[in-house]
Amino acid sequence: MKKHLLVCVVLAISGLAATSASAQTLLNASYDVAREFYKDYNAAFVAHYKKTTGKDVKIDQAHGGSSAQARAVFDGLEADVVTMNTTTDIEFLASNGVVAKDWAKKFPNNAAPTSSTMLFLTRNGNPKGIKDWDDLIKPGVQVIIVNPKTGGNGRMAYLAAWAYARKKGQTDAQAAEFVGKLFKNVPILAKGGRDATTIFLQRNIGDVLVTFESEVVSVDREFGEGKVDAVLPSVSIIADNPVAVVERTVAKKGTGELAKAYLDYLYSDEAQEIAAKHALRPRSPALLKKYASTFKPIQLVPVSEYFGSLSEAQKVHFNDGGQFDKIYTVK
Amino acid sequence: MALFSLTRSRKPARVLPGFNITLGFTLTYLSLIVLIPLSALVFKTFTLTWEQFWAAVTGPRVLASYQLTFGASLIAALVNVVFGLLIAWVLVRYNFFGKKVVDALVDLPFALPTAVAGISLTALLAGNGWIGQYLEPLGIKLAFNPNGVVIALIFIGLPFVVRTVQPVLEDTEKELEEAATCLGATRWQTFSRVIFPSIAPALLTGFAMAFARAIGEYGSVIFIAGNVPLVSEITPLIIVGKLEQYDYAGATAVAVVMLVISFCLLLVINALQAWQRRRTGAPA
Repeated sequence: MKKHLLVCVVLAISGLAATSASAQTLLNASYDVAREFYKDYNAAFVAHYKKTTGKDVKIDQAHGGSSAQARAVFDGLEADVVTMNTTTDIEFLASNGVVAKDWAKKFPNNAAPTSSTMLFLTRNGNPKGIKDWDDLIKPGVQVIIVNPKTGGNGRMAYLAAWAYARKKGQTDAQAAEFVGKLFKNVPILAKGGRDATTIFLQRNIGDVLVTFESEVVSVDREFGEGKVDAVLPSVSIIADNPVAVVERTVAKKGTGELAKAYLDYLYSDEAQEIAAKHALRPRSPALLKKYASTFKPIQLVPVSEYFGSLSEAQKVHFNDGGQFDKIYTVK
Repeated sequence: MALFSLTRSRKPARVLPGFNITLGFTLTYLSLIVLIPLSALVFKTFTLTWEQFWAAVTGPRVLASYQLTFGASLIAALVNVVFGLLIAWVLVRYNFFGKKVVDALVDLPFALPTAVAGISLTALLAGNGWIGQYLEPLGIKLAFNPNGVVIALIFIGLPFVVRTVQPVLEDTEKELEEAATCLGATRWQTFSRVIFPSIAPALLTGFAMAFARAIGEYGSVIFIAGNVPLVSEITPLIIVGKLEQYDYAGATAVAVVMLVISFCLLLVINALQAWQRRRTGAPA
């Protein structure tokens, strides 16, 4: 009996050792607010991978500000995949040869399995009657926006306002004036998306918060439903959430296939539904319809329509001496 | 063998390592911990041309941020000198219930993650905070403007002054003060002529440390500052902003400027200390 037990234990240990040796691990470097989504997605992917290939896999997550993560990967963080909320972050890695130059062509929809857009959150009941971008530049309205210098959230808000002005038939000069007026109504430039939410809801500053659609779910969860009203402007911008395989890491670790499978599965119905539940816009039209109460149809403008690409927008608008600096430095 | 040890023992054997070893160690250690990282910083800026460097470090937002960072750090360090001295004085000269607790509280800003400090200060001082709600109707705004920056920097700098002045105060002899009083000195004269000269070097050190610490502070300030360009952006935020646009060289250029200014200021303070010691006749 005792001998049997011993054998069992030895077998169990060797079995454990065997599985842990064979189980590949994958590190996903991602942005801050994607934590909850990838927690659910990883569980789904691990089960799917086990079912289809019979192999165990362990997914680790590293979260931080989107571009801080990109810099970490560039500096040597051994992530197998990067899942970001701004294409410029992956462009940066591509220009340094860390991910493939043609990363955007490796997966469907420009390698962005989900997207989001910018909307407004107002105080419960919308006391200032905010309906569209024009209401944000009225005197006496305080707007909370992320600093475009430090957060992708702020860059998207800025571009969305610009796109709205252009859609109304204004010229670039008029759009610049419009965005300038908007930022004159910003009393505090938050450091990042979560910081902006804190300023708006915990510090109780501002009449309206401009943020990602996906942030609404976490606001409701953290602060309770009914504290804010989500207001959809007539026009907003498409913020792609791009993904890429980190070629440098997978070449070293031999995880190329796994990394590709991991990102491919983001396009599956199961993953797209998980994304929809986290208020990330899925690509599938059927799912968009199913979650129509979350994703109300508005006029969505791709970045390419007025700005070429995010990288070009970065150069013209957000780099030092760019259009955003002029709002504050040119009187 | 015995002979050898005999001849050796004529020379007094030193327990502590000699000058050569210690100097070698000091230089190696300083190089590893301080000089190599800092020279990497400087080398990175060499990727810029002189014009690019100048443009990076003299943009209007950058200039405004130097003013805020160094100005607020100076104010905060001065405030800490006054109140830190007061706290050290009370802790050294008086015994009261709970003194040990107060003593430990002084170190708290050292230990607390700075982001936590920033968030709690903001929660207190914002318009809807415990303190802010009473001040805002009076027109006093302490959060989300440069005032907030100063307050956060006072918070993180306090222990530096207290902890440098405290041991010196403990060593000053009470008899000197008594003698001064016996010789007819007023209380102000006793302070300015007897006590102050003996603690001035320590006070200056405390000031320098609190000031240097404040210049580099990021975590706590960022939550309370408001971060509006030209108004409440600190220089470390400018650096982070440049990194955010993948402008590594620009970020290091601003960092180098900060480093040079800080180093010069610390040199001046050290020189002041030396001058002060010579003037009072204390051993340098």
